[in-house]
Amino acid sequence: MERMRSIYIRKMGKKLSVSNLLGIKYLSEEDLNLIFETADNFKEVINRKIKKVPSLRDITIANLFFENSTRTKISFELAQKRLSADIINFSSSGSSITKGETLTDTVNNILSMKVDMVVMRHPSPGASIFLSKNVKSCIINAGDGCHEHPTQALLDAFTLREKFGSFSGKKILITGDIMHSRVALSNIFIYKKLGALVKVCGPKSLIPKYINDLGIQYESSFEKGLKWCDVASMLRIQNERMIDSYFPSTREYALQYGLDLKRLNLIDKEIIITHPGPINRGVELNSDIIDSGKTVILDQVENGVAVRMAVMYLLAAKL
Amino acid sequence: MSVLNNKKILDASKLSLILNRLASQLFENHNDFSEAVLIGIQPRGKILSKKIKELIIKNYGIDDIKLGFLDVTFFRDDFGRKNKILSANKTSIDFIVENKTVILIDDVLYTGRSIRAALTALQSFGRPNKVELLSLIDRRFSRHLPIQPDYCGIQVDSINNQRLTVKWNEIDGEDAVYIYKKNGKKT
Repeated sequence: MERMRSIYIRKMGKKLSVSNLLGIKYLSEEDLNLIFETADNFKEVINRKIKKVPSLRDITIANLFFENSTRTKISFELAQKRLSADIINFSSSGSSITKGETLTDTVNNILSMKVDMVVMRHPSPGASIFLSKNVKSCIINAGDGCHEHPTQALLDAFTLREKFGSFSGKKILITGDIMHSRVALSNIFIYKKLGALVKVCGPKSLIPKYINDLGIQYESSFEKGLKWCDVASMLRIQNERMIDSYFPSTREYALQYGLDLKRLNLIDKEIIITHPGPINRGVELNSDIIDSGKTVILDQVENGVAVRMAVMYLLAAKL
Repeated sequence: MSVLNNKKILDASKLSLILNRLASQLFENHNDFSEAVLIGIQPRGKILSKKIKELIIKNYGIDDIKLGFLDVTFFRDDFGRKNKILSANKTSIDFIVENKTVILIDDVLYTGRSIRAALTALQSFGRPNKVELLSLIDRRFSRHLPIQPDYCGIQVDSINNQRLTVKWNEIDGEDAVYIYKKNGKKT
């Protein structure tokens, strides 16, 4: 009875502690749970025959993508449409950025056309933080260089939460290009905040020097890591961000850190395999695993829409 | 009923009488419920709708009554206009409402805006033949929209700074209806 009463009280007046979503670093555990609870509701909505709700019908959102994106862009756009928001899409190619306009000027010009919220992907780390300090609008970081990708971390955690409820004591192994991956940093933050144990794995050259300062451990042996973990989070090698050669060859990387059925069968327990996409088949994940249905990759993509709806809904309520 | 100085306006026995009457009115109009479904509006209409369903089963022996719960949070028209955010509850309607008579159930009918939102939300589940409204409490003279209940427990005349709360034994420890001042103190 007490529990039911507390649920009813909790329903009133809960807000995010932040006005922008710049990174998982700035969210509290309560924020994360509020986002997950709201996303539960939106997941139910997007599985209806009629998937649209009118909540954000008087909100205009600009999607500013200064870097390539497939999933995130489509996912944000769908989420906005499901919430009935008006949207404008912007990509840096073919824009006045090529004429020398600064980021702040571009965004301020767009905002002066009465835009309420900005979703931005940018190749420079910290771009969304810079923007939030210089423009008066609600900013959602859709990935800033090799810094953070908060909505990806939220949807990863939301997917795992669906699988095993509480994160307490769960062991998560993040394998791959930790140094250049914004997903890695956001995921480390979110899993730590939710009470999971995190280890990273990959070539030493792709592990940041101060990784232990984040309160996590480095595991050099992929096999040992797999035996330890409940969740294997596989990451892509971010070739586009590499200015140097970090390992001898892709083939060698795949042999040491790629996950295939043979390697998976060496461990005697069921583990959950996640990947934020895009996948390089045959490098970090082999096709036999991807096509065997042993991963939750498509669940992650589905949950991405619900989680982004929740984030925009909760932030729009603070406008 | 004039309630200006009352604290408790309905106790458990009166509430029970009213619920039995509402169940009988529904039975009178919908007979075996083959063409009618009950939908409780979240959160407080949920408990009321469950009670009404149980009474119809108990009193009239009809055990095949469809009951769903509808959350209207995302369909409200006051999003971003109030300081507080209303978090959503679960919607669970595992049947289609196409060509059925839907009986919406809520505990208090005040401005009518929740019902307006419910009518919009209902469209996601099909086109009902007819929609009826059952409300335990009808706060008269306070409507913002032309919405009236088809089945009403009691009508209450109250002023704007008052608030009515229906309490249920299952979650609040007693069956009763109270009238409060808006700051939370009983009048």
